[in-house]
Amino acid sequence: METLYAITTGVLTACGLYLTLRGRTFPVVVGLTLTSYAVNLFLFSMGGLTTDGATIVHGDGNYADPLPQALVLTAIVIGFAMTAFVVILAMRARSEAGNDHVDGKKEDRE
Amino acid sequence: MMQHLIVLPVIVPLVAGILLLYQRQGLIRYKRTVSIIATALTLAVAIGLVNVATQGEIVYYALGDWQPPFGIVLVLDRLSALMLLVTALLAVGAVVYACAGDDEKGSNFHGLFQWQLLGINGAFLTGDLFNLFVFFEVLLLASYALLLHGGGKARIQASVHYVVLNLAGSSLFLIAVGILYGATGTLNMADMAQRLATLPAERQGLVTAGALMLLVVFGLKAAIMPLYFWLPRAYAAAPAPVAALFAIMTKVGIYAILRVYTLLFSDSAGALSALEQPWVWWLALVTLAVAGIGVIAARDLRLLVAYLVLISVGTLLAGVGIRTPEAISALLYYLIHTTLITGGLFLLADMIGQQRGKAGTRIVKGRPMVQGGGLALLFFIGSIAVIGMPPLSGAIGKALVLNAAEGTQRLWLWPLLLLASLASLIALSRAGSTMFWRSHRGSLSGSVLPRRQWLGVIWLLSTAPLLVALAGPISAYTQATAEQLTNPQRLIDTLLPDAEEAL
Repeated sequence: METLYAITTGVLTACGLYLTLRGRTFPVVVGLTLTSYAVNLFLFSMGGLTTDGATIVHGDGNYADPLPQALVLTAIVIGFAMTAFVVILAMRARSEAGNDHVDGKKEDRE
Repeated sequence: MMQHLIVLPVIVPLVAGILLLYQRQGLIRYKRTVSIIATALTLAVAIGLVNVATQGEIVYYALGDWQPPFGIVLVLDRLSALMLLVTALLAVGAVVYACAGDDEKGSNFHGLFQWQLLGINGAFLTGDLFNLFVFFEVLLLASYALLLHGGGKARIQASVHYVVLNLAGSSLFLIAVGILYGATGTLNMADMAQRLATLPAERQGLVTAGALMLLVVFGLKAAIMPLYFWLPRAYAAAPAPVAALFAIMTKVGIYAILRVYTLLFSDSAGALSALEQPWVWWLALVTLAVAGIGVIAARDLRLLVAYLVLISVGTLLAGVGIRTPEAISALLYYLIHTTLITGGLFLLADMIGQQRGKAGTRIVKGRPMVQGGGLALLFFIGSIAVIGMPPLSGAIGKALVLNAAEGTQRLWLWPLLLLASLASLIALSRAGSTMFWRSHRGSLSGSVLPRRQWLGVIWLLSTAPLLVALAGPISAYTQATAEQLTNPQRLIDTLLPDAEEAL
């Protein structure tokens, strides 16, 4: 499970990074979203991955660390708000500048 | 009541922000009254907290009465009290200035302003690493909206860069916090400092990676050399009162570097101690050099002030890089001065732009101004202070920082800092003489500026002589602060009194 988890996080981060570095606002927004997914997965794994454990402390000692779950919940909420904001911002930038380049330039169109 | 004083800098702006949400526009008199009362109240609370902190004890407030290391705590020591006071002083000036009419150019100005204060105050108070992230997000989200206040192409373009960069920064912050939690098993900074002292050797690489990633995040906020490119455009495009409030934002980054690294990576951290120092020191010097060039090259007064902010960032970070108590004391004195003065200059630049009509803040010849005399006088005072010429506060601040450098550090810091000051001297005298003296003949331009704008600027700029007059008590306070910061064990003992029994 660890390997699969690590590969998923890595692929998400790589895709997110690549898209964030693009020149148009839409890929950038998608890239930021993918990065935040990757970060959430990463944060979730930081208490160690537990299979078949109780969600909180239970008598038998086999339990998942609850703190990363709380952190991820907070991070998801914040990330969601930020995505909503950046989508609106990208739309306004598109309507003000007349194109969807992050620098607002026209001549870079290929 | 006294024990709840610590949580008030967070509660007051929160409640005021909620009250101000009622109706997006309109009711402007009611909103202005609420906003000014709330800001003044925050100032009063900050003064009260400085009084508490001066007694030398570290006080903490356990939210929901969950005791550390398990609950989230707000910690009040001398440093956080000082930062709260500087923020409140700056906010009063900015909000009074905004009440002259800037707040009517868009919706919800005052509510967002209060929430920005909430985020800033919270970031200064919290003792928990993840909570620091949350407060960073609060202040960032408010700042995104404030940067867009009033709209316009330049603001939206600058915002796109600012928002995307900061979202990427937030992701990095989460990764760094995750790594540090994974390696140490705690998020409370005092507890983490204690656990780092007994860290198993195989986890040191993990902690180093997390800590340096955290430095990238704080460096992005503080606008350190390779991460500063968003700053000039965003600050020059922001509405004046917002730009003035943003003067404290870079200092939030510097505060976070100072707090996290002096606490977590103090001498007790063994091989990891002071791991950020070479990075901060050398990048601060590069920042100074680049900012000096930027100041000379700026063709717009607001851009020029933005680069002056960058010079102050370089100077402050050089102080952080030296890392001795003398340097920390010097940089805290300089921090008070530079935050308030650059904030005032942003407001002043906006006033000059309003009076010059079409010429705006560009540094070109224009028609003479109606209130040119008063503006020129304020510009002169602000320039003298920010360049660092005697007799105003900049001179003392820079002299203290220069004096704190030792040995070969002097060889690097002195020429760079003095050249950057020379660059700002040249740029500001050129800007001042072009705008106030080399004017076209012709009728006077502009209309009389509202009294609230004058009041806001004078409030901020008057700190320059005041900081000199009160230099004795203030530097005594900053020295005690530096001493408190370099002995993090006292903070740890206050927060975790029974830790020794547990070990």
